[in-house]
Amino acid sequence: MSYNVDSQGYYGDFGGAFIPEMLYPNVEELRLNYLKVMAEPSFQAAFNALLKDYVGRPSPLYFAKRLSEKYNTKIYLKREDLNHTGAHKINNTIGQILMAQRLGKTRIIAETGAGQHGVATATVCALMGLECIVYMGAIDIKRQAPNVARMKMLGATVVPANSGSKTLKDATNEAIRDWINNPVNTHYIIGSVVGPHPYPDMVARFQAVISEEIQWQLQDKEGRKEPDYIIACVGGGSNAAGAFYHYLDSPSVQLIAAEAAGLGIDSGESAATSFLGKEGIIHGSKTLLMQTSDGQITEPYSISAGLDYPGVGPMHANLYKTKRAEFVAITDDQAMASGLELCKLEGIIPAIESSHALAVFKQKTFKPDDIVVVSLSGRGDKDLETYMRHFEL
Amino acid sequence: MNRIQEKLKVNKKLLSIYFSAGYPSMDDTVEIIQELEKNGVDMIEIGLPFSDPLADGPTIQESSTQALKNGMTSQVLFNQLKSIRDSATIPLVIMGYFNPILQYGVEAFCKSCQEVGIDGLIIPDLPVDVYDTHYKSTFKKYGLINIFLITPQTSADRIRYIDSISEGFIYMVSSSSTTGGQVGFQKEQTDYFERVAKMNLKSPLIVGFGISNHDTFTQATQHTKGAIIGSAFIKHLSVKGIKNIDTFVKNIL
Repeated sequence: MSYNVDSQGYYGDFGGAFIPEMLYPNVEELRLNYLKVMAEPSFQAAFNALLKDYVGRPSPLYFAKRLSEKYNTKIYLKREDLNHTGAHKINNTIGQILMAQRLGKTRIIAETGAGQHGVATATVCALMGLECIVYMGAIDIKRQAPNVARMKMLGATVVPANSGSKTLKDATNEAIRDWINNPVNTHYIIGSVVGPHPYPDMVARFQAVISEEIQWQLQDKEGRKEPDYIIACVGGGSNAAGAFYHYLDSPSVQLIAAEAAGLGIDSGESAATSFLGKEGIIHGSKTLLMQTSDGQITEPYSISAGLDYPGVGPMHANLYKTKRAEFVAITDDQAMASGLELCKLEGIIPAIESSHALAVFKQKTFKPDDIVVVSLSGRGDKDLETYMRHFEL
Repeated sequence: MNRIQEKLKVNKKLLSIYFSAGYPSMDDTVEIIQELEKNGVDMIEIGLPFSDPLADGPTIQESSTQALKNGMTSQVLFNQLKSIRDSATIPLVIMGYFNPILQYGVEAFCKSCQEVGIDGLIIPDLPVDVYDTHYKSTFKKYGLINIFLITPQTSADRIRYIDSISEGFIYMVSSSSTTGGQVGFQKEQTDYFERVAKMNLKSPLIVGFGISNHDTFTQATQHTKGAIIGSAFIKHLSVKGIKNIDTFVKNIL
């Protein structure tokens, strides 16, 4: 049994394309072409060249000596925080902008929550000279002013989503509506391994560069390709999908997904989708999502703006259900403390999302000779204000 | 024979009206249905509100959000409709997104529909092939007709496939848009109505999206069996409440 997507676009019971007929031609065009386009040598060459010279890949696999000593195990950090624009998000937007060009699209739309994916999309649109429209919840626009300014500087139009709860899920709805209204010239760059098939698989393949590099980097450093554990935070789940990708079907590698428990799983203020979610449909995908007993999608909470999505990618829903991955719930306070700890021990200020992955060390004990790779998905510059408020700096 | 199928045999252009259950007030559902039937509407789509209605524009989404705030749920709707067949003979269709139906349980939902006298369902985000493979027999068991959508982008082959599994009408989305997004029809849209009409499908065509008054109703039904009005009626309800439904309908026909 494989944990990767099947030919119908499903991961076990999850995935598929539950979309209105208005979206069918757009999604079908992508479904029929994405693998073919990605396999073209010219696409590969362009993708790899941009990842190397523009994004700055490969990102280092860094042995965190003092952190390892503290937890008495061998911890490597996969430094996605060192990428251009400060997170793993750009791996996907580079891939999708090249895809959009090859499909003859001239107009790019995207959704964004905290603004990280919006910035990564605006960046590649500037790079390619394509029109860029980013949908962002009206509430998020107020909360994330610096990223709104970045997107504007990069030439994007930021459109407020005023519907529903005015946050990420509504921004996603608005982007999908835009795509319904502009079915021919527009490509929708989804920012995570969510949405209708083929998006979860396409985004996972673009992010798979993370685990592809881990394989040879670990071979260089430890003489083996496979770590004992990989830890990544999961909101929609794109950095985790990338970090897990080449190890999905290697049973000796244990996968750990850190979810945002917010104020606590039972507090009513949480984003731990696998624990609190039920099977259903969100944004065209059958997956686990947080919802009322009547099937209305609810608004999650996390201190980390990148993890408060009410769903989770179908790959992860399947990893959870089949127990292939262990899901750990991390509260705001635990994440913030582990973020600060990395600053003090390693001189690295992590994104709060990534701090959730680091907090797993406080909940789980590893053996001294275990090799544990943590996906450090982003840097903390964007979160300074939250860190300042939390620690009264 | 199902009430929808009977109505489709009547020799006239059909007017179907959509409204969101639980809007403007929680308990308006039954009265709106009765008023619409009394004033000569041919079919009614009862919108089951959803938090994230992807295919709808702002008007229907806002009415959905308000209906949810009012406390509307699938269960409440079925309770409201419990005795609807004592006073209404008009074909009734529930239009809702798939997630609330999944949570209710697809079979349980179909059963409740049959119990209150619902004739069909429109579920925009239930893909045709998933319905065909997994749910067709359940719908049949409870006497429900599933209505599928086509758009100007739908290929001729796919229209034929959709026609082949349709038992009622085909819901012809007038343009590439969400609901309530446009005023009047352009030539490319009327050409599309005509093009599909000439395919001689077994299923009658009913046009939705973009119909708001007498002129657009006439244009939309020139080559088709009927038309559906949604956003324009919701706007009427938001301004006038459930009064003057008679004038609204008269102005269309």
